[in-house]
Amino acid sequence: MMHGAEPAAAMSAAAAPPRPRLSTQFHGWLLLLPAAVLLVTFTHYPTVATIIDSFFSTPKGRRAAVFVGADNYQAMLGDPVFWRALANNIVYAASVIPLTIALALAMAIWVNGKIAGRPFLRLSFFTPTVLPMIAVANIWQFFYAPGYGLLDQLLGVFGTPAHNWLGDQSTALVCLIAVAVWKDAGFFMIFYLAALQQLSPQLAEAASIEGAGRWYCFRRVTFPLLMPTTLFVLINAIINSFRLIDHIVVMTQGGPDNTTALLLFYIYEVGFKFWDTAYAATLTVVLLVFLAMVALGQFLILDRRIHYQ
Amino acid sequence: MSARLKWLFAIAATALMALTSAATAKDITLSFYYPIAVGGPIPKIIDGYVADFEKENPGISIKAIYAGTYQDTLVKALTAFKSGEPPDIAVLLSTDMFTLIDEDAIAPFDDLLKTDTEKAWLKSFYPAFMENSQTGNKTWGIPFQRSTIVMYWNKDAFKAAGLDPDKAPDTWDELVADGQKLTQRDASGNVSQWAVEIPSTAFTYWLFQGLTTANNVRLMNPAGTQTAFDKPGVIEALQFWVDLSRKDKIQPAGTIEWGTTPKDFFEKKAAIMWTSTGNLTNVRKNAPFPFGVAMLPAHQGRGSPTGGGNFYFFKKMSDDQRAAAFKFVQWMTTPERAADWGIQTGYVAVRPDAWDTDAMKKYVADFPAAAVARDQLKYAVAELSTHDNQRVTKALNDGIQAALTGTKTPEQAMKDAQAEAVRILRFYQ
Repeated sequence: MMHGAEPAAAMSAAAAPPRPRLSTQFHGWLLLLPAAVLLVTFTHYPTVATIIDSFFSTPKGRRAAVFVGADNYQAMLGDPVFWRALANNIVYAASVIPLTIALALAMAIWVNGKIAGRPFLRLSFFTPTVLPMIAVANIWQFFYAPGYGLLDQLLGVFGTPAHNWLGDQSTALVCLIAVAVWKDAGFFMIFYLAALQQLSPQLAEAASIEGAGRWYCFRRVTFPLLMPTTLFVLINAIINSFRLIDHIVVMTQGGPDNTTALLLFYIYEVGFKFWDTAYAATLTVVLLVFLAMVALGQFLILDRRIHYQ
Repeated sequence: MSARLKWLFAIAATALMALTSAATAKDITLSFYYPIAVGGPIPKIIDGYVADFEKENPGISIKAIYAGTYQDTLVKALTAFKSGEPPDIAVLLSTDMFTLIDEDAIAPFDDLLKTDTEKAWLKSFYPAFMENSQTGNKTWGIPFQRSTIVMYWNKDAFKAAGLDPDKAPDTWDELVADGQKLTQRDASGNVSQWAVEIPSTAFTYWLFQGLTTANNVRLMNPAGTQTAFDKPGVIEALQFWVDLSRKDKIQPAGTIEWGTTPKDFFEKKAAIMWTSTGNLTNVRKNAPFPFGVAMLPAHQGRGSPTGGGNFYFFKKMSDDQRAAAFKFVQWMTTPERAADWGIQTGYVAVRPDAWDTDAMKKYVADFPAAAVARDQLKYAVAELSTHDNQRVTKALNDGIQAALTGTKTPEQAMKDAQAEAVRILRFYQ
């Protein structure tokens, strides 16, 4: 029987776990192959190719790419637009991430309670998520339109003069941050809502018997139990803050004077408007390193301090 | 390899070549990428032209492919080119000429011009449009969907301000003087109607050229290797633009969104707007008040840059394909078709004799505003276009926006833009 035609059946029939044989290993690899091919083609190969490209010059016309060492990286360090985009992206991420998470959690707690019109509220919080970002950006552009836009009309009631929201360097980035928060908070709310409904009500009851106030209960019981969800949401929020640039393309094109240029938007400009593919690869490597560090930090440091049920 | 095998190969290769050339002589297929940048049923019009052409020229079939905006079309055409399968014909921005030459992606038209009619055909276009189509004594693009900037004004607003509703400001000084009357403020000083909007979030450099040309300065040399952003005349022009908002207070402060400018005009938030002639049909349909179209106001001189798209031939076509493509481009730019295309879209018909066709005469008689862009062509100059065009353009756009938002003085902004342009163009000197 051990030498039968079907090794898999033979294995399950054997009393003691047999040594995995070559054909079993082959089977295993075969099962992994589709996923591996996809990962290599669309993740690993492009990553490696990007890193290699960043050490070469951009091929143009009859000029082939030549090895230039760290030239592209040096040019990057001297590129003021790169620094501007990086600084913008850090400000953007540092505002969008906490605001989105706080808003998502607040909304989740609110619609988790027993209130009138709960399904309607949940739906309306979730609606921004199902709209495409391009459409959202086009709508918000008119919200921000000076004079007759929604925002100016609302503020006009209080006598505030019209403001050129997207055309002023001091407000343009803030306007984009607001769009991003509005877009993502509803999505993250769903995860918090699901997590809240998993929590046993006994915990809150026990806390209230012990005399804990609502805020204390949230701070010491609910929030720590939501940490696995928070980690998941945090990772997604960080990725989104570096990945989503559709609204910039529609609303500001990175202007005025690069005030709203984020890193990925700048990479797109360098790659597909300037056709400087080597420099675009260099910028991409920076983005990759940045995201890899964040991910490592999350999994190595935060993960240890989270209590999984 | 033995001598005999070599012979066999040679024979097989010749046979194969004979076969394929016989096949192409019978049926030539050409791919044609085109963008859409204005309103209207463009794909329907293009498909109609292509069908008519195929009917008149059996044996040639054209695959017309709508490829998105100008930027999308360039990205698609160049990535297709880099992967070895470029389109045969494409309509791309006239300003992409240097980019396409530097990528070694396009072939010039000159060797195709054999007969006298063909040579005369090349000379039939407005010279202003050819400025962005020729460099180094070669013709790389054929004008097709071309435009200029014009000034639209709201006649009702002029009447309400006590101005002659049929006369637009003709000089910079008149623009400022009229602007003072056109700008309306409520009791607390908030503006309810601005006099003028010159958009600055997209095509910033292009609208800026409407000011620099009127100030008699050119932004670049014809070879596309040098820019003149820091000339006194350029700085003056930018100072004038900034002053409209900051000193004269007849234009909103900060950058003005290109996309919502027509909407501002329709909503009576701006009495005058500067935008492309390509918006003519849009304004005609949507303006809820009588409007006028005028040339841009003059200062030291008069003028506007041209804009829009040209036909380009990508490399890698066979001789038969090139001949067929050349036939197609000539067919698309006959006076009748240029007139029809202009009437249907709002683009400026690209050759003078198109304006003498009956269809065009009737259209202009009915809608005189359509002829303003044509009359302005006398004063038109080439749109800013250099090697590494988009990067140089961005340096200028950033500088203009910095000045308009008040983070830099016009002088500082233009000096920085020029320094950046010099750095970018150092490889092409």
